[in-house]
Amino acid sequence: MEIRRRKNQIEISELDPFLAELLRQIPASADTKGAPAAEQRIFTAPANGKERELCAEWKVYVEPELRRLFQTSTQTVGADLEQLNGNEKSLANRTLRIPTKHADAWLNALNQARLVIAAKNNFTELELSDHLRSPIGSRRDLSLFQVNFYGFLQEFILRELES
Amino acid sequence: MRSEPLAAEVAVPLIPRLPKNATPSTIGAPTIEKETGAEEALDVPWQVVVHNDPVNLMSYVTMVFQRVFGYPRDKAERHMLEVHHKGRSILWSGMREPAELYVQQLHGYLLLATIEKVS
Repeated sequence: MEIRRRKNQIEISELDPFLAELLRQIPASADTKGAPAAEQRIFTAPANGKERELCAEWKVYVEPELRRLFQTSTQTVGADLEQLNGNEKSLANRTLRIPTKHADAWLNALNQARLVIAAKNNFTELELSDHLRSPIGSRRDLSLFQVNFYGFLQEFILRELES
Repeated sequence: MRSEPLAAEVAVPLIPRLPKNATPSTIGAPTIEKETGAEEALDVPWQVVVHNDPVNLMSYVTMVFQRVFGYPRDKAERHMLEVHHKGRSILWSGMREPAELYVQQLHGYLLLATIEKVS
């Protein structure tokens, strides 16, 4: 896989089917449905338990706004990922082009996905910082790889935004 | 452990500054509106606190602090490191309403942020 900035696009080329599939899973991975721990992490309380009125108002007025914002980001990313649609054979060495104006949506969707996966798997801080973990041998390892791969993409996008 | 705010993030009222050569005849006196409500006065001491989260990237958190609070990179990094090492950092202090708006923005970036009364 190669990733580079090309004019107003971030280009991820030579994507093998495995990494292409991980990318295609970003919107689904960001979904908190059926995972209360993930829902709780994405929509956190704005204050401690003493501020009950504030927390209740937040649920009614702010949370729906945040939900819309997060949904818009995953929809933007989902639309960009349509470039990768096709059968398994056509996924070989595909290229994904992300318009730089979608960079914020990508950062947000990647972050949602990382947080949701981490909450669902209850990863420890030690696991999350273990970048030398052995090759994928279980579903949990795959999820951790996914978190790290999405983190790598975030880092690249951030660097491009700064430059 | 309670973290103290780093220098100068406490909100201060904007005081109009006159140019050095200004005289009373050229510039009218600014109208200063009195804050009337006792509620307003009681409302002042709130702080925006960001809590540590092992998932969010350090570079991402720094970028968010720059964007939301307009902090220069070095200051944003200092706060990010305070969150990382001490578990929390006070990013801003002031009135409740802007504090809530800051927390809303931080939640939009998926950071763990709360508002607290300054004790």
